[in-house]
Amino acid sequence: MHLHDDKIKELEETANKIRESLIDELVEAGSGHSAGPLGMADIFTLLYFHTLKHDPKNPDWEDRDRLVLSNGHICPIQYAAMAHAGYFPVEELKTLRKFGTRLQGHPHRTSLPGIETTSGPLGSGLSQAVGMAIASRMDGKKNFIYCLMSDGEHDAGQTWEAVMLAGREKLWNLIGIIDRNNIQIDGMTEDIMPLEPFRAKYGAFGWHVIDANGHDFMNMHMAIEQAQVVQEKPTVIIAHTIPGKGVAYMERDYLWHGKPPTKPEEIKQALHDLRTLGGRIQSEHQ
Amino acid sequence: MSINKKANLVENILELEKLEQVPIRNGYGEGLVEAGEKYPSVVALCADLTESTRTEAFAKKFPDRFVQMGVAEQNLASVASGMAAMGKIPYISSYAMFSPGRNWEQIRTTICYNERHVIIAGAHAGISVGPDGATHQAIEDIAITRVIANMTVIAPSDVHEAHKATFAAASLGGPVYIRFAREKTPVYTTPDTPFEIGRAEIFWEGKDPKVALVACGPSVHNALLAAKKLSEEGIGVVIINNHTIKPMDEKTIIDVAKKTGALVTIEEHQINGGMGSAVAEVITRNIPVPIEFVGVQNRFGESGTPIELVEKLGMGVDSIVQAAKKVIQRK
Ligand SMILES: Cc1ncc(C[n+]2csc(CCOP(=O)(O)OP(=O)(O)O)c2C)c(N)n1
Ligand SMILES: [Mg+2]
Repeated sequence: MHLHDDKIKELEETANKIRESLIDELVEAGSGHSAGPLGMADIFTLLYFHTLKHDPKNPDWEDRDRLVLSNGHICPIQYAAMAHAGYFPVEELKTLRKFGTRLQGHPHRTSLPGIETTSGPLGSGLSQAVGMAIASRMDGKKNFIYCLMSDGEHDAGQTWEAVMLAGREKLWNLIGIIDRNNIQIDGMTEDIMPLEPFRAKYGAFGWHVIDANGHDFMNMHMAIEQAQVVQEKPTVIIAHTIPGKGVAYMERDYLWHGKPPTKPEEIKQALHDLRTLGGRIQSEHQ
Repeated sequence: MSINKKANLVENILELEKLEQVPIRNGYGEGLVEAGEKYPSVVALCADLTESTRTEAFAKKFPDRFVQMGVAEQNLASVASGMAAMGKIPYISSYAMFSPGRNWEQIRTTICYNERHVIIAGAHAGISVGPDGATHQAIEDIAITRVIANMTVIAPSDVHEAHKATFAAASLGGPVYIRFAREKTPVYTTPDTPFEIGRAEIFWEGKDPKVALVACGPSVHNALLAAKKLSEEGIGVVIINNHTIKPMDEKTIIDVAKKTGALVTIEEHQINGGMGSAVAEVITRNIPVPIEFVGVQNRFGESGTPIELVEKLGMGVDSIVQAAKKVIQRK
């Protein structure tokens, strides 16, 4: 579906509202992850407000596209996007992480309609998405399976087991989107466990690979459109994102744009700021 | 009061407000550094959770003896096995849900069956990780580790005990699993409280006891609070800190069963296969007396504050009191 300039403007506004909700949500909860979710706000907005074939009023619709969130810890942004898309009242976001809530600290399928799978433990989402894509193809369905992943979870062997299988199966209906924000808990991904050359690795396993700017709606949209028409191969979009994007004091353009922090203490402080919303919430990993 | 003086516990042990509160996992960090100082062959491996598992102090002090594994717990277990084969004493840490959760078979075959001396530190065990929800609440870890041959399983009840257990594990020889809680909990033992792997400690001995409360982990302190309530109602109690779930101190358990004729087990874990089940295995073989099990009753956890969850999942002080009364009636 074509993306007009007007629509892009609308998406940008929606993404801002979603970011605001996200921050309210996290501050009210008092804990949770902040960096990853903020960096993925634009992509979730694009997916829920433009890309996905879905029906918030009928989340069980059989022919819907499936969105598997493998890196479950960023679920607060999915919840915010889902609320604004009409899955449940925006008010309910305030219940995040509280006793009795449908918005569990990590997403739980049977708690909240519209969540396709329970996640949080990293590295098992792609396998499930591959299973969905294989089953969907067996039934001759035309829907797409989108799998959102983090860069950090590419440390896990299981991710690569699924990458290999998807390549062998030539799953044209599978579209992976990686939040390439270059950070994980203990530091920068390239210091902890180098992933580069990321493109080449996926390519070697038989995937079509696209690099995109995760904050540019047109660019991301075109990547997804291309992914949808690639035949005989699964596609992965390496979405380059800025952790904490959209919150001036967290974004630290000078830190995350192109030139990530290099001194260990600088990295530590910057990550700490990101993970605590500048001291407003408790980081999950303190 | 009926607190066992020989246990050298802190004063005001029953006044929650006066007790210092510290996360049990901090004891891992301290014990690991101490072990590192004493034994040059001690090494530490961690899977992208260096700060929250408290491996950080060791990594800073001995950077050449620390290996960062990334988010790869299966690799973590088997790499440790390889290092142990070359004479190192690896301590491996992650959240209990992922190690020994995700990497169970690697632990079973490459560490336990191989008889390798690796210490597996499971952080954020029990429901103490609260708001994170059920995916991160390890309430099956005792069951899946104690069922493996050769494995020692320990659940320390506060930061000092965690420190001692972590240090003692360095000279034990075989595979050891130690579980740690995330949340701050009362510090009620002291550096002078006796601790030996495989020996249960009696922390409380009421007059003419009618029931024994056998607990491990942060539940031991809740058992003490329950004992106070019970003794106010004239019910004498014995409390066992059963920190070593395997190998269990059978003699102490059997003695106390003889003395009281009824047991309540308390743990932040599924009642199926946990510490209570291990106690029941000892009791049924030796001196069958009624037992009530306080723990998670065959359900998953959920988001909430740790205190809220302990109450709502039926592991709070009142649940212990009720279980004690019930088991006495069953005699
Ligand atoms: C199997 C597993 N091991 C460890 C963790 C703990 N954990 C949560 S997020 C994370 C890594 C964060 O890096 P990344 O996935 O890139 O997420 P980001 O911080 O960029 O959002 C880890 C190790 C987990 N959730 N699952
Ligand atoms: Mg990342």
